[in-house]
Amino acid sequence: MTALLDVQKVGKRFGGLQAVRDLSFEVREGEILGLIGPNGAGKSTLFNLVNGVFIPDSGRILFAGADLTGKRPYEVARHGLARTHQIVQPLTNMTVLENCMVGACFGRENLPLGRAREVAREAVAVAGLEDRAATLALHLTIAGKKRLELARALAAQPKLLMLDEVLAGLNPTEVEHMIGVVRRIRERGITILIIEHLMQAIMSLSDRIVVLNFGQKLAEGAPAEVARDPQVIEAYLGDPKLAAELHGSG
Amino acid sequence: MLRLLRRPFFWIIALVIAVFVLSPWIGNDVELRESLLLAALYITLASNLNLMLGYAGYINFGSIVFFGLGGYICVWLVNSYQWPLIPSLLVAAVCVSALALFFGLGILRLRGAFFALSTIGIVEAVQAFAENFTPWGGSSGIYLSSSIFLPLGGPARALWVIYFLMVAVMGLSLYLSYFIKTSKFGLGLLAIGQNEDAAAILGVPTPFYKALVYSASAFLPAIAGGLYFFKSAFIQPSDAFDLSLSTEALVVAMLGGQGTVTGVALGAYLYEELRGYLLTSQTFSNFQLVIAGALLLLIVLFFPGGLMGFIYSRFPRTQKVLE
Amino acid sequence: MLGILASIIDGVLVGLVYGLAAMGLTLIWGVMDVINLTHGTMIVAGMFSLYLLATAAGVPPYLALPPVLIGGFFVGVLLYWIAVHRMVGRPPLMSLLSTFSVNLVLIGIGTGVWGTALFNVDVALPGISMGRYTFPGAHILAAALAAVIAGALYVFLHRTRLGKAVRAVANNREAAELVGIPTTRVLAITVGCGVALAGVSGMLIGTLFPFTILSGDGYQLKSFVVTVLGGFGNPVGALMGGVALGLLEGAITPFVPVSWTLVIEFVLFVLVLIAFPGGVFSRRGAL
Repeated sequence: MTALLDVQKVGKRFGGLQAVRDLSFEVREGEILGLIGPNGAGKSTLFNLVNGVFIPDSGRILFAGADLTGKRPYEVARHGLARTHQIVQPLTNMTVLENCMVGACFGRENLPLGRAREVAREAVAVAGLEDRAATLALHLTIAGKKRLELARALAAQPKLLMLDEVLAGLNPTEVEHMIGVVRRIRERGITILIIEHLMQAIMSLSDRIVVLNFGQKLAEGAPAEVARDPQVIEAYLGDPKLAAELHGSG
Repeated sequence: MLRLLRRPFFWIIALVIAVFVLSPWIGNDVELRESLLLAALYITLASNLNLMLGYAGYINFGSIVFFGLGGYICVWLVNSYQWPLIPSLLVAAVCVSALALFFGLGILRLRGAFFALSTIGIVEAVQAFAENFTPWGGSSGIYLSSSIFLPLGGPARALWVIYFLMVAVMGLSLYLSYFIKTSKFGLGLLAIGQNEDAAAILGVPTPFYKALVYSASAFLPAIAGGLYFFKSAFIQPSDAFDLSLSTEALVVAMLGGQGTVTGVALGAYLYEELRGYLLTSQTFSNFQLVIAGALLLLIVLFFPGGLMGFIYSRFPRTQKVLE
Repeated sequence: MLGILASIIDGVLVGLVYGLAAMGLTLIWGVMDVINLTHGTMIVAGMFSLYLLATAAGVPPYLALPPVLIGGFFVGVLLYWIAVHRMVGRPPLMSLLSTFSVNLVLIGIGTGVWGTALFNVDVALPGISMGRYTFPGAHILAAALAAVIAGALYVFLHRTRLGKAVRAVANNREAAELVGIPTTRVLAITVGCGVALAGVSGMLIGTLFPFTILSGDGYQLKSFVVTVLGGFGNPVGALMGGVALGLLEGAITPFVPVSWTLVIEFVLFVLVLIAFPGGVFSRRGAL
């Protein structure tokens, strides 16, 4: 499998804090790569670096062969990268459908309005929001907003979809549903990079896992291997519940 | 764009234009014409302001600068180079839009409030420039001789020509607002207005869209300025860059409902009626701006959606027809 | 050369007063993310209060300070309830519009009552001479008073309980509420202080230069420049920014016609913002 996203020795510092340090890994086409690590490990920062929201101090970011380092977020979107946010960012006074149309219009394919509407409808359907397509984003529940975040990213028809804690704040039923949606997205041929704290979910979803700690890669490999890695367990020892989950799903 | 012909709102705008054209003409009502001229001017300024305000969410306190500069360039061309009216108007509009694009790329890097404040500063800077620029008559301004009305068929007929041109500019402003709102460009602008960072991540090319809409919002007001000052046959810096006119345009846009096309037209009409009443009333004539301020405060505090916001919440079905 | 030096020193003196003016703006901005567009008019209100008290009521000019301070405070609290209370938490653009509209009303009333006439308050004070140059006593006293008031503000914010509450609200309003701080009251008091500072600085400026109802615009722009230079919500920074601006003015006024000073300051404002979109000093930990 070819590398779709190639992060090479990327570093980023904020004042006195080295958020990401000499980080290298790749996301292979068609896979689901899980990104885990304790809070503050630099996972969201990494997303922001890939996205173009932050510019890396060092290293390169290659996507499908193109060099994305230092590109603006809207340029990155054109290459076929879409992401969701940990703290949802809906376009509040626009409807669910309109939100997705923005994704469709300005995403990879740069579609005209009419075609974008169709693509948006499909994305809305995949995320299970058809009954609320005409609802304003601000009237959605938190679960609805999370689904909207996902649908909107999907509407951009990305090659790589980056999910930042899509499951946070959802009840078990909603979590089940979302996991199903993520699997269906992968079946459509979209590569997925997912950050998640819900261990069982991410361990069962991912083909491979990368573990971050203090901005550096701690471990990489199949979920089972990673769960047994002593360094990983130690990093999580600060949170015994999480370590138990990790070990339990190994 | 042809699909717009099938939408009722397109014809509603056409109807409004027809009313503006026909009502003073049939019956040769000069008084009505003058008051509708003012209304058309407010509608023009407010709709173009709305492109920035209601769509992209940027407050342009200094939109008057397009009006004033357009006026100056047009009057200057007519006066110093004896250019006919229409080419002068067009050149003025193109120049002002180009300048707006240039400056826009700079100041649009500033977010929200800073942008708003810097637009005021731009007006002050341009006014200072006009006051010191001798080819434009400095602080005394430029006087046009009445011979400028000759190519238009004499003063009386010229006033009608100017009126129809202003109505055309108003109509174009309304159509421009409508067209942008229903286009992909408009969708991007609305996204920027909701959450600029999220919009950028979604792929909306934010710096370019903002600069483009800023520049677009300069074109028609520049023509309006050219027409207005040509008609007055006189322009001076303090009139051309009077911040109270752009303030009124802002009040009109917010009164009607920022981001709506209908609202702006309605708001302009209502405001102009109010203003006319205030000017003729003994007690209130000095307090125009006080009323404008009080009105704006009420809107911002209690009716941020303006008139249209109120109408849409009471009669949701109207949203399907009106924009 | 000495002339330029004298101009610069005078600029620093006046700059301290600008700094005081900006403190009112930056305090409100820093604590509640509200941009008070009545700021310039409040400065003018201070000037007119000085005029009315000194000329009409015969009060010695500097004794106008306490009433202006107290009066300004109450006006500020009133302003809070009218235009700011409902805007807290909403995007800053909304408070911009609400304070803008109040300003329109005030200017409208002001010009209706006083027109655009020029007013002046004579303050006869002995100055300090250095060779050919005299530094007006009024400038020195105004600068001294500005520094004292700024110091008092600093003590208030850092050494009193209420001041700590203000800083807490500035830092994180929700958290402050959770620990039991009456945020609404604190916000109202902050606006009260902000307007009081604006008013007092106006009073001091009134002892230095003549003024009209419309003078507020210029001083408001200067306050914005100072705020951007000194950091939002950073009173000490505001004082330093004021001095910097005063210094700049002192350096350029011998060479540039007065009508261009504001334009230069505006260009400076925009350029600084383009280079440092959040102001020269970052917002965190300012207050």
